[in-house]
Amino acid sequence: MSAFAAQHPILVVSVIKIVVLMFLLMTALAYLTWFERKVVAHMQSRWGPYRAGPHGLLQPLADGLKFLFKEGVTPAGADRFVYNLAPFLSMSLALTSIALIPFGPKEIEILGQATPLAITDLNIGLLFLFAITSLGVYGVALAGWSSNSKYPLLGALRSSAQMVSYELALTMSVVGVLLLAGTFNLREIIEAQRGITWHFLPRWNIFALGFPQVIGFFCFFVAAIAETNRLPFDLAEAESELVAGFHTEYSSFKFAMFFLGEYASMVTVSCLATILFFGGWLSPFPETRVFSWTLYLPAAVFALSGIFLLVDGLRYPKPIGKVVLSVLGFLLCVIAFMATRPAAIAIVQGPFWFLSKVFVFLFIYVWVRGTLPRFRYDQLMAFGWKLLLPLSLLNVVLTSLGILVTKR
Amino acid sequence: MNAAVVLFFLLAAMAVAGAVSLIVQRHPIHSALSLIVVMVSVAGLYLLLGAEFIAAVQMIVYAGAIMVLFVFVIMLLNAGVEERTNLSRMARYVGLPLALFLTLELVYWVRQASAAFSTVGSPPPTRQLAIMLFREFVFPFELTSILILIAILGALVLAKKEI
Repeated sequence: MSAFAAQHPILVVSVIKIVVLMFLLMTALAYLTWFERKVVAHMQSRWGPYRAGPHGLLQPLADGLKFLFKEGVTPAGADRFVYNLAPFLSMSLALTSIALIPFGPKEIEILGQATPLAITDLNIGLLFLFAITSLGVYGVALAGWSSNSKYPLLGALRSSAQMVSYELALTMSVVGVLLLAGTFNLREIIEAQRGITWHFLPRWNIFALGFPQVIGFFCFFVAAIAETNRLPFDLAEAESELVAGFHTEYSSFKFAMFFLGEYASMVTVSCLATILFFGGWLSPFPETRVFSWTLYLPAAVFALSGIFLLVDGLRYPKPIGKVVLSVLGFLLCVIAFMATRPAAIAIVQGPFWFLSKVFVFLFIYVWVRGTLPRFRYDQLMAFGWKLLLPLSLLNVVLTSLGILVTKR
Repeated sequence: MNAAVVLFFLLAAMAVAGAVSLIVQRHPIHSALSLIVVMVSVAGLYLLLGAEFIAAVQMIVYAGAIMVLFVFVIMLLNAGVEERTNLSRMARYVGLPLALFLTLELVYWVRQASAAFSTVGSPPPTRQLAIMLFREFVFPFELTSILILIAILGALVLAKKEI
């Protein structure tokens, strides 16, 4: 093993990183479903999952087990090969795109090899991400077609038309960012946003001096919600009209794969919004001595949530909840203490800011789902072609003008 | 054998297998899927040559946009399984000999020229590509876009007449 590792260090380190990231990501995706159900439930004055474990924390595990042990039904007359291929395609493409996301600026050491906090660092990172997203349509389209059933077919037709239309706006909306950064590399795009204007405004692309990318961000986020087939653009699975749309005929683990794919692309889009418009891992505070206390913010956040969990755990009615919640709270407090150590404090900063921004976008995703009604099909098309695409084109023109004026 | 050679043969085998399957498959959707496999493996070959931008564009435009339209149209028309027919007289007596001739000719010329093949060096990075496209080749580039615009207008006019 060690001889092999010495010969092919990149291969071994990459495999280790992939395994760790997959483990973390799968856990995060499982708890994202829990988070979404909890938030939407509280918006609708319900409790949400509450039975499995304290605060329903074991619900994702229960759901996962249920998906694994249910019978997988293949409808009669389905195209077997394509029917099985579609969920696989959906999930693997969504997971592949995560490989390109850089999570922090510092390099870490694995087996004596210094590697960045991303699985790969491509020169054309953003283009490659779009290439993968553009293939994502096939998962939905083929699933609907191969099911040999009318509702999935209708859902698939709607969805492929929708995704092709919104992909244009999605791609055009980031051109402004590319003009400002001058590169396709995600790491360099983030580093181009370093700095503070007028002593208080971070130089993120959304506040860019040449031309603030507010329009670009609006177009990007709306088009991205449509690309990931989430409410209010989830016409592919509109349950009030099409039963469940393209995945009506899917059951057991194949259904779970679609589910995971959808949540994974939500995470990718949130990461991308953070990287392109909100400065990625950069802290919103200036790097001066006055603001050096912000280095302890991650630890403070961990400590506060740990203390909150401890108090909540002690007041929890059931004994199991008392134990689990207070142990979790204690662990968070330990992590908070570790994060104040001088060795860890620099490494924690990047991932902390990055993941907090991503979390905000994930919350917005759920928030939008909880508040907005679904679009009608013709409204969807008119919105995409007549508003979003012209707006993103306008953004390109205005940004180029802004850059021309400020560079003078 | 280093990793690049292994990857080349893997991708090339995938492309050829996809192309054969494209012809052999009887269902239009399966053929379209095979074509996507060909497109993606060719994109991989571009990537192997260092032409990152071309690879990404190949994926976005061909595999992502054009093939989606193919699949969309096949699904919309609900095209069924094709029937397999015997070769027609035309194909048997004219087509097959011509195909054979073309293959032999290609083999001959590739063998002749293989000595003359040389590497052209790695393709320019994306920034150089953009500068070339918008400075030296800006006239043909804009002309092509006008051509495409005219084609779109033509399609619109033809479609409007039907209604």
